[in-house]
Amino acid sequence: MKKTSTEQKLRTSTRGGKNREFVIITYLFVGAFILMMGYFTYFQMFRSEDFINSPYNTRQNTFAEHVIRGEIRSADEKVLAQTIVGEDGSETRYYPYGSMFAHAVGFDSNGKSGIESFGNFSLLRSHAFFLEQVLNGIRNQKNPGDNVVTTLNYSIQEIAYQALGENRGAIVVLEPSTGKILAMVSKPDFDPNSIGAEWDSIISNTDSENSILVNRVTQGLYPPGSTFKILTTLEYIREHPNYQEYSYECTGSISMENTEIHCYNNAVHGSEDLAHSFAKSCNTSYANIGLELDKGKFASLCNGLLFHKDLPVSYPFKQSSFVLDQKSNTDQVTQMAIGQGETLVTPMHMAMITAAIANQGTLMKPYVVDHTENYQGVTVKEYKPSTYGSLISAEEAGKLQELMSLVVSEGTGSKLSGQSYQAAGKTGSAEFSSNKSESHAWFTGYASTEEKGTIAVTVIVENGGAGSTTAVPIAKQVFDTYFSL
Amino acid sequence: MVHLITELSKYTMIILFALYTYQCFAALKRSIDKEEQAEKYKSQVVYMYLFHMNAYGVLVLSVRDIKLIKFYLMQVVFFAAVQLCYSIFYKRVSRLVVNNMCMLMCIGFVMLTRLSYEHAMKQFQIAVISMALTLLIPFLISRWKFVRGLTWLYALAGITMLGVVAVLGAVSHGAKLSFSVAGITVQPSEFIKIIFVFFVASMFYESTEFMQVVKTTIIAGLHVVILVISKDLGAGLIFFIAYMVMLYVATRKLYYFAGGLVCGALASVVAYHLFHHVRVRVVAWQDPLAVFENAGNQISNSLFAIGTGGWFGMGLNQGMPYKIPEVKQDFIFSAVSEELGGIFAICLILVCVSCFLMFLNIAMQMKDFFYKLVALGLGTIYGFQILLSIGGDIKFIPSTGVTLPLVSYGGSSLLSTLIIFSIIQGLYLMRERTQEEASGLGKNGKKRKIAKEETSNGKRIRQKSFEKDPDNFRNEEREKGAKQKGGSLSNEENIHGTKVEDFD
Repeated sequence: MKKTSTEQKLRTSTRGGKNREFVIITYLFVGAFILMMGYFTYFQMFRSEDFINSPYNTRQNTFAEHVIRGEIRSADEKVLAQTIVGEDGSETRYYPYGSMFAHAVGFDSNGKSGIESFGNFSLLRSHAFFLEQVLNGIRNQKNPGDNVVTTLNYSIQEIAYQALGENRGAIVVLEPSTGKILAMVSKPDFDPNSIGAEWDSIISNTDSENSILVNRVTQGLYPPGSTFKILTTLEYIREHPNYQEYSYECTGSISMENTEIHCYNNAVHGSEDLAHSFAKSCNTSYANIGLELDKGKFASLCNGLLFHKDLPVSYPFKQSSFVLDQKSNTDQVTQMAIGQGETLVTPMHMAMITAAIANQGTLMKPYVVDHTENYQGVTVKEYKPSTYGSLISAEEAGKLQELMSLVVSEGTGSKLSGQSYQAAGKTGSAEFSSNKSESHAWFTGYASTEEKGTIAVTVIVENGGAGSTTAVPIAKQVFDTYFSL
Repeated sequence: MVHLITELSKYTMIILFALYTYQCFAALKRSIDKEEQAEKYKSQVVYMYLFHMNAYGVLVLSVRDIKLIKFYLMQVVFFAAVQLCYSIFYKRVSRLVVNNMCMLMCIGFVMLTRLSYEHAMKQFQIAVISMALTLLIPFLISRWKFVRGLTWLYALAGITMLGVVAVLGAVSHGAKLSFSVAGITVQPSEFIKIIFVFFVASMFYESTEFMQVVKTTIIAGLHVVILVISKDLGAGLIFFIAYMVMLYVATRKLYYFAGGLVCGALASVVAYHLFHHVRVRVVAWQDPLAVFENAGNQISNSLFAIGTGGWFGMGLNQGMPYKIPEVKQDFIFSAVSEELGGIFAICLILVCVSCFLMFLNIAMQMKDFFYKLVALGLGTIYGFQILLSIGGDIKFIPSTGVTLPLVSYGGSSLLSTLIIFSIIQGLYLMRERTQEEASGLGKNGKKRKIAKEETSNGKRIRQKSFEKDPDNFRNEEREKGAKQKGGSLSNEENIHGTKVEDFD
């Protein structure tokens, strides 16, 4: 017996040995197949959303046939857009706050814009419980689409919307530490509820200045005026480690080859250092600074701060631009130094630079979709803050923060001083035509308290006059509202 | 109503195919007896017909074209004829392989009909002709013993045909893959891969000594190089892997296998830097959306389809699989996944895996080393092609433009896969016959057992010698096998015997 059992063993081992390589190959292949099926499962569960939501994916219309478009909500649970299904099954997209969120949320007839456009697929997807979906499919009923919950804060949007009033212009509010877009207002605007009916008259109005469909936050290109001095100052600090020793005697004007640069309202600032040139926004001093700068380095600084670059935002945008090279003459250089001439920026871009300064130099990618959830509120996908990169060093950010604080405490932004929050920023009054008395009013800055953190606000009021008198009070209303929430 | 049926059918088709797939693996259990197995295979056939009917029902309802009903009935007749032929003429073949072959073709017909009736019709005609031709193969393969002796003829045929294609072939999609004769476009690499397996098997059957390995490697390398020059990277890769696997199993030397794979990896790096079209594929694989406008278009569209389809699919005729370039050939899996669902797609992979397992199973069960290698080589080719095709579609690996056997559109691919399946069936036929004959011997078998017991001591010694020199051992084993079976068996053993004598 013993003998047979050992013999048996030997036989099996020889047989096993004979096919050992076959077994190994079989396992190798089966392992590869399992890996592949694992990847397929992983893709379906975690990666497919990125592809489904891609604007290149043209399968959207097939979804609308079987899904009721989901809601768009503010971070504080206000419904910003919803689809109302009539008794006859007809669907109407309804925007409870009308034009208040026109540009941020967008519209969904005669094409799409805003969140309605780039959130389209999330809205047309249904992550309702699958048995319910099966049931709906059988009963030939549409599934309820997912809701898109935004980072937009209703209260801030409301105050910004009201503060801008009848003016044309734009306001954007960011949270520098995350990149969340808290508010986005662009005027003139439209009522997305009635845009279908008014479509023909809207598009027949070809005057681009007036076009209500343009989201001025990301698509409006404006001369930055004195807000650009943030960049000029940064370049001066980089080139002159002893920048604190800078001093200039302002006489109200400085003559160039062909032009003369005046301080705003023909003010005469007298003797001043860099900090006070910045705080008082002294044009003649900055023209003088501009002449001392290395043109090549200045240009590369601007490029590093997203000029001539695609902005990392979901909204359609325009690239900011400037013209400066070694051939630029002194007129062009001094004009650039004070944010005039051929320099153009979008308010969103200015807000991103400001947010980066407030966030120790690191720019967080602005985003407006916080998460998507199914109609019962179960989170489907969360969008986490992501870093764009370090625009400037933390040390430089600290220096600029100091200078921008001085603007509030001693300079053109003094309306923001003495509040419950610590504000900092830069005003601007950008001339946009040959008529020197007309200017766009700018303010870009941030404010913070211990408990509520920091928010950055950028305001532009078209033809609003001086930044300090028109734009700063608007920013103040936003800050007041946010920090009293 | 149509929508309701389409929606319901999504789930019924998934359930039917899942049941089918389950039976593939349930039937593989060792504890199962023949009758139970036969029952399972019968139920598989039922599931297939139900799925087929369900799918064409949806297609007819949504397209509302009578010609589809006719086409459907033609297919039913075709499948019934295939099943019938096999059960009449080849009782002993693997029913599972027959069923899988029909099921995969069935899915292919459904998807192709949905994509383009004309192409589906053409595919069907090719399938009928190919099936008629390949039905003879199981019989022939078990009779034609000379196939192991055509060693250099295989090499000559393979290299000549590949070379001709490389030089003259039409340029299609940046790769010289095919030529046209009398209006029929043939893609020779599909057939040469079979010849290639026979070449390698017969070389290693002769001997696995170093010089023989060198000779075989040179010829195999020549195949791969010509394919790479013709830019047919997918086929080149398949040839390479098939050769490495056969080399490893034949020589039992792991370092050949490992070394070969390292060389392959190095060659891939060189190819990446050398060839633009390789780089393009890798770039498209890394981030398809970033290069959507050009190189990433195909894979992006494939992923849109798979992702949008989700686990349950859009339903037949409800998606947009036609948005994927080359969907009928290389990206049929994505179309299946989009419309029939991710679960269905996983089942499809599992059915392919079950085919692969049946290939390797027969490789392990064959006694004859030549046929062991043939089954292994064909199994590797089949399995690796599945990996390349589906892996490329789902962005698991860079896309190499390889068809999914039996499902994709393409005459050469279909015919060559049917040939492979038929050869495997021929091997099952041979195995069953030798088993039958062995058990029919009865007394002889007993004697053999006693003889074995007597030599158990000697076996231990042999075991040692095997560890030292596996090649010699195998020759001895062969000799022993030949002698043991004696003259009671047909010429098969005679040939085998003479072969062994040749070595002496």
